Amino acid sequence: MRLDILPLRQPMHIDTIDWAALSPGEARRLRELGFDAGVTVETLHRAGWLGRGPIACRVGRMTIALRRSVAAAISVSPATVPAE
Amino acid sequence: MNPAPLVALVGNPNAGKSALFNALTGARQKVGNYPGVTVERHSGRMSLPDGRPVELVDLPGTYSLEPSSPDEAVTRDVVTGTQEGERLPAALIVVVDAGNLDNHLRFTLQLVALGLPIVVALNMIDMAERDGLKLDPQALSEALGVPVIPTVAVRRRGVDELRAALAEAVGDGASRAVAGPAVPPADMSALQRRARELSKIATLSETPVRRITHGIDAVVLHPVLGPIILAVLMFVMFQAVFSWSEAPIGWIEEGFAALQGWITASFPESMLRSLIVDGVIAGVGSVVVFLPQILILFLFILLLEASGYMVRAAFLMDRLMAGVGLSGRAFIPLLSSFACAIPGIMATRTIDDPRQRITTILIAPLMTCSARLPVYAVIIAAFIPAHDVGPGIGLQGLVLFCLYLIGIAGAVLAALVFRNTIAKGAGSGFLIEMPRYQMPDLRDVLIGLWQRAWIFLRRAGTIIMMVTIALWALLSFPQAPAGQSQSEYSIAGRIASGLEVVVRPIGFNHEMALAVIPAMAAREVAVSALATVYSIDAADEEEASQGLVERLQGRWSLPTALAFLMWFVFAPQCLSTIAVMRRETNGWRWPFFALAYLFGLAYVAAGATFWGATALGL
Repeated sequence: MRLDILPLRQPMHIDTIDWAALSPGEARRLRELGFDAGVTVETLHRAGWLGRGPIACRVGRMTIALRRSVAAAISVSPATVPAE
Repeated sequence: MNPAPLVALVGNPNAGKSALFNALTGARQKVGNYPGVTVERHSGRMSLPDGRPVELVDLPGTYSLEPSSPDEAVTRDVVTGTQEGERLPAALIVVVDAGNLDNHLRFTLQLVALGLPIVVALNMIDMAERDGLKLDPQALSEALGVPVIPTVAVRRRGVDELRAALAEAVGDGASRAVAGPAVPPADMSALQRRARELSKIATLSETPVRRITHGIDAVVLHPVLGPIILAVLMFVMFQAVFSWSEAPIGWIEEGFAALQGWITASFPESMLRSLIVDGVIAGVGSVVVFLPQILILFLFILLLEASGYMVRAAFLMDRLMAGVGLSGRAFIPLLSSFACAIPGIMATRTIDDPRQRITTILIAPLMTCSARLPVYAVIIAAFIPAHDVGPGIGLQGLVLFCLYLIGIAGAVLAALVFRNTIAKGAGSGFLIEMPRYQMPDLRDVLIGLWQRAWIFLRRAGTIIMMVTIALWALLSFPQAPAGQSQSEYSIAGRIASGLEVVVRPIGFNHEMALAVIPAMAAREVAVSALATVYSIDAADEEEASQGLVERLQGRWSLPTALAFLMWFVFAPQCLSTIAVMRRETNGWRWPFFALAYLFGLAYVAAGATFWGATALGL
């Protein structure tokens, strides 16, 4: 499932990130903010009417806001171990 | 004599670096600029426990040594000793958020690899504990191989211990230049894995994260409540800017008027007296009068920033701003510009993408600021009939509202054009950490306020002063013989005659051409300038505008008046704004571009209005 359509408050594992779909700047910042395969991620909030704005999600102990276009490059699957 | 050893404060954004910088240096700070870039250099003095002075420099926050903005490039260049005008630091203080070790330790590892002496400040340890983390600084220190000092910068905890550890790291003060200009190639994933291992070593126990922050976010980011709360906050901010600033602005104006009156009464008439009264004092007054609004706006902006809400506001507004190629970060600067473009432009520093920042700076003057209101009020009172066009909707109010809308529409168009031409590029979009909420520290806020005020007064003030004096000279020379109007006879009057040729096609007359010249100092000056050229003797602005309304009604046609309104929607008639643009973009290129495009827009819009209204037979 893609992160941009993931329902709120469902901890998932990041399977893959399609780095090629992102600009070099976005890709680097995403890594710097702790996004990587195997990391647990959970969407917390969606901004804007009809949820078309950016998404806030939890990665590690941080909350990160990102646009849906970036979230669409991140594939997630159900966590096999309970979230921390 | 050798200069004091340089120590650099480095860390991720949101690690509490600036608070620690304030705690270490107190108010002994200097704000400068790195050569050639618009990055501020914050430095200050502190003394080590043995009394030796050290120069501390607060580097821009960054996530790694691979820069994605000019700020981050400065950080990399300083710690590698390649920054122009900066010596290699003798030691680094690396600030990490104790509640976010996974992420912050990765950058620490990169810095440790440089080989400079390092002290790690394990900052915001109280918040980490509040969030259910138990940490072992000793274990972290052993694993990293550098001293680790737990600190709470906003409460000044751990500061003495940090000083002691720093004294040891600095040693004899000679920079051990083991770090070359080359940054070791970083394997981000490997560093991240190592950071997670270290974080595990340092963590004794943890419970689920950030209850308080998540609790607040559940309310302020709520799909319905969130935007309402933002709107209420912004409304309160605007109310405060206008109602709190009214009295101080009055005092400043009265104070300067009293000073002018005293000098006029005490000294014989001379060129020098005129220079001091009408040039220098009027010039300083026109700068200082902006201070109350700037300080109040910045008080709110600093509080929103320090509490952690600013990023949430950007999050809520991102979708809207994305429509014109900007990000949510541009929202607060643009909103502030409705009060005054000066703090708005100064607030664009929080926009990390340089192209979005330039675009925001360029369109900020199109937001209808408070200085336009006196001009709008006079012209609307004179030419727009005060009857209702609908239940509770007056025509005058409707026209005023339309002027605001036209400004916004112009800004939207300009932003779209710029983002597709001169400021083209996808940029970094909106990808940002949402920091924890915290109580802003009064001292940190006051230091921030003082720095903004000082930058405005000193940097912008000098330019504004010079131009005001030049304007004075244009209006005072050559001196008119008896019986002739000084404003007509002066250089400005002659320029106005030349200008008249240019503005005649858009419906302006000679008096209007003469009024827009001194109004370059500030828009509201147009009112008193018009009063002067229509020779109205009035004690104050209010009286002047009342007399003016009657004079104008007989002399201007409606198309001319509408063209004049339209001119003031777009024309960049504010030297302070231009001076702040120069300061914030570090050169004359963008201010000149802004002058050209805004005057161009003003000319076209006023002309179109004049001819449109004439064709309609108004």
